[in-house]
Parts: sequence; structure tokens; C-alpha cells
Amino acid sequence: MPNTKGPDQIFQRALAEQEILLPKCDDCGAFHFFPRVLCPHCHGTAISWQRASGKGRVHTTTVVRRKPERGGDYNVCMVELEEGVRMMSRVEGIAPGDVVIDMAVTAFVGAAEDTPIVLFRPAEV
Amino acid sequence: MTDQLRGKSAIVGTGHAGFGEAHGLTSFDVMAQSALAALGDAGLKLSDVDGLFCTMMEDSMPALMAAEYLGIQPRFIDGTMSGGSSFVNYLTSATMALDAGLCDVALIVYGSNQRTASGKLVTASRPPAYEAPYNPRYPISGYAMAAARHMHEYGTTREQLADVAVAARAWARHNPEAFERGPLTREDVLGARMVGDPLTVRDCCLVTDGGGAIVLVRADRARDFPKPPVYVLGSAAQSAHRQISQMKDFTVTAARESGKRAFAAAGVSPGDIQAVELYDAFTINTILFLEDLGFCAKGEGGAFVEGGRIAPDGVLPVNTNGGGLSCVHPGMYGIFTVIEAARQIRGDAPGIQLNDIDVALAHGNGGVLSSQVTAILGSQATL
Ligand SMILES: [Zn+2]
Repeated sequence: MPNTKGPDQIFQRALAEQEILLPKCDDCGAFHFFPRVLCPHCHGTAISWQRASGKGRVHTTTVVRRKPERGGDYNVCMVELEEGVRMMSRVEGIAPGDVVIDMAVTAFVGAAEDTPIVLFRPAEV
Repeated sequence: MTDQLRGKSAIVGTGHAGFGEAHGLTSFDVMAQSALAALGDAGLKLSDVDGLFCTMMEDSMPALMAAEYLGIQPRFIDGTMSGGSSFVNYLTSATMALDAGLCDVALIVYGSNQRTASGKLVTASRPPAYEAPYNPRYPISGYAMAAARHMHEYGTTREQLADVAVAARAWARHNPEAFERGPLTREDVLGARMVGDPLTVRDCCLVTDGGGAIVLVRADRARDFPKPPVYVLGSAAQSAHRQISQMKDFTVTAARESGKRAFAAAGVSPGDIQAVELYDAFTINTILFLEDLGFCAKGEGGAFVEGGRIAPDGVLPVNTNGGGLSCVHPGMYGIFTVIEAARQIRGDAPGIQLNDIDVALAHGNGGVLSSQVTAILGSQATL
């Protein structure tokens, strides 16, 4: 990828290298997600990138019901990261209906078709 | 809208077309039939319309498409697209435009043939980039996650969600215009096919065709029309987000703010509202909006709707036409909340007509709990 200047490009480029970066505002110190050219909290434009801790909790969750012949049911959830931001994702490694609110999860870089994406698995106790 | 605009405009005509299945008709055909019905109701002609307020899913310039189809060249248009709340939102811009003399006859109009055309919700929206890879099903996954969080925080139950659908059906059973009029029990809802946990297919709105239209004029000439005028006492909007993943609190909607300002503009409070028409895309919506609009405290919505309390002969009449759950849901339902509220006030509701309704509330929801718009309508007696 020749040009990695834009916030979306920086995020995606890092994912392609198995790294999850989160944008953080230099002015107010808050993280935000999705990546953008300004801080949605204080509207400052000085944004730095920090490696995500990968620790999070399921904030809310649903099971998308799908016929077995189309691939079966799958999980869609919102995960609140330790850094205070939430992202839509999926918890893998357990049945979609076993994903529950407040469960501790750990991020990893998986793939949707050929594109790297952030996924979660239940945290090791 | 502030109280300066209270009662400055009035609905003098309502109409609809293509409810259920509009075989062989395009969305714009249904839109035009709805427009003609509303203008006929008002004793006006299409050539009288000089303000057009319209959005549809089928085109990126729907207001222009509609004007062209109708053969009119309006001097004021508003095509603001905030999803299903758009048509409630147009009450504000139409009232402003009428009050400022930018138009004299405002037509709010919508049409859809989504059921016969595709059998599912039609949308021109692209999936958001940071959600699309996880394949949420739009819009249900968003509402399902709001419901799950509400159940987690407040102990709301699937039975209480089901009772919203049961109440809607109980109203619809009396409404010859409603699409689903068969009996529906709590057990039917709970036992229906699960679509997006915790919501079954009976927790979800219908997928129908249909269109609706509303004609507004300035209040000073509102009594010159065949039907009793219904005044816009207050209307207010709040836009919170676009993507469900950006919703700050999954149990609190922007209806809290839109409602507060609409009530202030109208000079009334929830206790004054005699009929409540809410955009019930999913059963959780009704619970969230009853809480956020102040009909009950946050977290008490489940108990508030339980066991027929919002059904006919209950404590509060909610969605008296059967709502999007049982009457009609052609993609964007918002306009029908206004039409039913207006008809209850005029005294010509198609189903159960409540006695002596002077003040009713219409609430539109757009996107995934994204845009909230509240309007309060009143009879001549409320001016
Ligand atoms: Zn900031």
C-alpha cells in the first residue's frame, strides 16, 4: 500500500501486519473508534496511534440466525475495549448463543474473506 | 420547532395507498396515489401544491423524482433523509416554510412497493465500513443488541417484548386497513422463528407495500377545508448517530431530547397525551420510546407494556392503528404515525376511534435508533 496517510489507511495497514492500532487524541487524551481526522470528543485534530491492549468485554450481543445450508448462525456483538472505545465484532471459539454480556474477551486479527479484521475470543482465565 | 411556531400550521388532508400488496405498481405510483388521496381529503388539487416534502429509498433525488412524476414544479422542497423519521421531521420544515411564506400548500408524501418488488426491506444505503465485515443483518441486528442490553440492565423480559406485538395486533384486529389481523398471543410471538436473538419474526415489523401523504396549510386558513384541522403544536428532532456501533448508550435514545423539546414547544406534558403513535419497527422500540418520551421511567418500559396495558382498554392507547408491527410497514413507517394521530384527533380513525381526542403524539425513528423526531398534534380546542 503506497499511501498510508489517511486514518482508515493507517488502521487497515496495521491490521494487515497483525497489529491493532487505536486512534487517541493528543488534546483530550481520549481514544475514539472508528478512525477519523478529528477527535469526536473535543474536535482536536492532533491524533496519535496506540497499540490496543486487546482486552475487552462484551457490551451487547446478538445471534444472526441463518439457515445451516447458508453457513448457520453466527455472533454479532459490540465489544468495549479497555481503552474505552467500542467496536462491532464477533466472538469466535464458542457457540454464538454462548456469547454473553460482560464476558471478558481478547482481540485477535482474523480475516473476512481476504481482508484482515478484528475478532475476539473468550479471555483466558 | 420552538413555541413561536406552536399551532402555526395545520394538517388539512391525509391519505394513503397501496397498503399490503400493490401488485403491478412502482413505488412512485404508490406515492402519487397517496398524494391524490390526501389532496382529495383536503379538497385541493395537485396544481395547488407549491411545497413538496419527500424522500424514498429508490432514488438519490427522490423529491425531484416525485415532483416530476406528479407534474408539479414546487417552489420549496425538502428531501432530508433521516430514514423513517423523515416524514415527522418534515412537519417542522413544512411549518417553517408555510410560516415564512415560502409555500402555501405543503405536501408530505411517501410510497414504497418493497413487498411486491423484493419481499424485503429496500435500502439505498451501503453497509458502514467498520460494521460490514461482521455481516450484521440490517436493521435487526442493531435493534436486537439494544434489546439485549435493555434486558441485561433492567431485567426486561422476552414476554414483555412479546406483549408489545400482542397489543399492536389487538388494535389491528379492529382496523380494516391493517395487513395482519389474525389473533396473536404472547406464546405465538415467543414461539415464532428466532431471527436475531432475542427477537423473533413476530418482534419485527411487517414488510408491506404502501404510501402515505399529508397536506398542511397555514393555520389562518385551516378552517376553510372539509375536514377538521389538526394543528402542529410542536415538533422536534435529535440526531444521535448513523451506525448502531456508534450508539452511546444502547438503552437510551435521542427521543429523550426530541420529546423534551416537542413537549416544551407544545406546552403539554406526557400526561396530556391521549393517543401515542410510535414507530415500532421492533418491539423494543415501543418500550424505549415510552421511557424516553417520559411516559414511564427508564427501565420500567417492560412493566409498562405488560399484559395489555397499551392495548385497547388498557392504561394508555399506543399505536392505535396496529403500528408497523401489524398495520403497515413499507420501509419507512414514520408518516403513518402522523396520519393515525391526525385521524384520531379528527375523529375518523380507520380502526378503533378513541373518544374526544384533542392531543396526540407521533414519534418517528430513523436508521438504527439514529434519528428521533417527536411531534405533538392538537385539535382546534388546543389552540
Ligand atoms: Zn479529543
